Amino acid sequence: MPERYDVEAIRADYPILSRMIGGYPLAYLDSANTAQRPKPVIDAVADFAFNHNANVARAMHTLGVEATAAYEGARAKVAGFIGAASPREVVFTKNASEALNLAANTLGASLKPGDEVVISVMEHHSNIVPWQMVCERAGAKLRWFDVTDDYHLDLAKAEAENLINEHTKVVSLAWVSNVLGTVNPVAEIAGQAQAVGAVMVVDGAQGVPQRPTDVATLGADMLAFTGHKLGAPTGVGVLWGRYALLESLPPFLGGGEMIEIVRMESSSYAAPPARFEAGTPPIMQAVGLGAAIDYMTGLGMDGIAAHEKELTSYALQRLGAIDGVRILGPQSYDDRGGAIAFTIDGVHPHDIMQMLDARGVAVRGGHHCARPLHERFGITASTRASIGVYTVEREIDQLADAVVWTRDFFAGKGR
Amino acid sequence: MDVTQMYQDIILDHYREKHHAGLREPFDAEVHHVNPSCGDELTLRVKADDGSVQDVSYEGDGCSISQASTSILADLVIGRSVEDTLALYDDFRTMMESGGVGTPDEDRLEDAIAFQGVAMFPGRVKCAMLAWSALRDALMRSGAVSNLGPDRSDDE
Repeated sequence: MPERYDVEAIRADYPILSRMIGGYPLAYLDSANTAQRPKPVIDAVADFAFNHNANVARAMHTLGVEATAAYEGARAKVAGFIGAASPREVVFTKNASEALNLAANTLGASLKPGDEVVISVMEHHSNIVPWQMVCERAGAKLRWFDVTDDYHLDLAKAEAENLINEHTKVVSLAWVSNVLGTVNPVAEIAGQAQAVGAVMVVDGAQGVPQRPTDVATLGADMLAFTGHKLGAPTGVGVLWGRYALLESLPPFLGGGEMIEIVRMESSSYAAPPARFEAGTPPIMQAVGLGAAIDYMTGLGMDGIAAHEKELTSYALQRLGAIDGVRILGPQSYDDRGGAIAFTIDGVHPHDIMQMLDARGVAVRGGHHCARPLHERFGITASTRASIGVYTVEREIDQLADAVVWTRDFFAGKGR
Repeated sequence: MDVTQMYQDIILDHYREKHHAGLREPFDAEVHHVNPSCGDELTLRVKADDGSVQDVSYEGDGCSISQASTSILADLVIGRSVEDTLALYDDFRTMMESGGVGTPDEDRLEDAIAFQGVAMFPGRVKCAMLAWSALRDALMRSGAVSNLGPDRSDDE
């Protein structure tokens, strides 16, 4: 990395991290769920609200011009951050789920019976359910990659099943799994999809905050992600799409600012991205996303990725050494994301979450919106710790100690 | 509030050794209830055709709170009149909605009194209520009681 990654200095930008929870220092290990917000983001949002707030595009006065510049400026920052050819390829949505619904509904409009859509068992529900809905509506067939026992997409089985074939119209996959941390070979699969004329959609909700993103390298035709996992406020997400593809698609939601001319009989639609942004957009949130991108870029995405690798390796080592703990997902940091799902023998994830919370450790317990994946491994839920740009080793130590305490408490020891 | 006060010995004992577990015949109604946020699932059967709860059997997967609550429920209501079972449901729900500050009747709630500490953790009240909501639903479906309307603990 270009400069030393000074995690203690970074933590000073996050006042929430100095909170005490139940007498313990907060160890926030739930960044895959939502990341904390650095002070520059909070300040940018406050400055917009205090000094520049107005609607965008339709407000022509001075504040409207300033708000529009801030909103469109955020769009340009997003475009630069992911290597888009133009800001016009960036559509703001409310979150990654809405971005995926937008992709599914607009691509799904041309699906016909006999067409196929391919997803995988390791997807978040937001990359499963929208495709189920559009496939059912169109009479198209939904197919999926299975996951191997060592937590990767089962490419051999997919090949044997001829999963991606001349009927495939869309392939939609997570770049980085929100449960397993597995990094999928998106570029390779995108090549297969595009070779049969299918559109490659990538769910970047976990990948974009964790590693440098370049849509061309990724091989995607569309990329969905959300702002709040990058340190932006909730309420803003992004769908990036190749411009020629976006231009060929029908609108998703109808309303103000997505039209060209409205007559009572019919309307013509604006060009992308406006075509997909009906109604007043999340202006202040987008400004926050722009500030978050500036902040992340300032830290350096290479540095963030290296930091995450170091902390994830440490967490895998600490948790892996505890008797009774089973880690779901690749066991070593061999191209792996920062989500670490695990189980403790004899203790339900819901109880683990509660016990860890009592020791100041914030993790997520449940199926993490990936029930089919848990079913694949014969469980209904797991506990997930995840790494953020501000995570430090002492928080991993706090987690490991609390896991041992939890295990022993439920085993009847230490009570 | 110390989390270990929530995990009373009674709860942990029932979690480790569930009473009346497994799905049995005969039954008048079977329901499947889930807690979508955390994935707790419960299939519950009830036999109640002579004004009393003759059997409750179940199969479930979930946290210690939801599992122990199901086990204790079965202990408490098997052999009880349907009318008093519904009254006990109300008493249990009142305790769970109290935020842990009420003075529930220990003689009436028996082992279920152990969940008073859970009432101090709002995120876990649904876990404790899962079996009771399922039982209420099953009693309605079995025809043992007329439609009681929607369950308040499902309102969110």
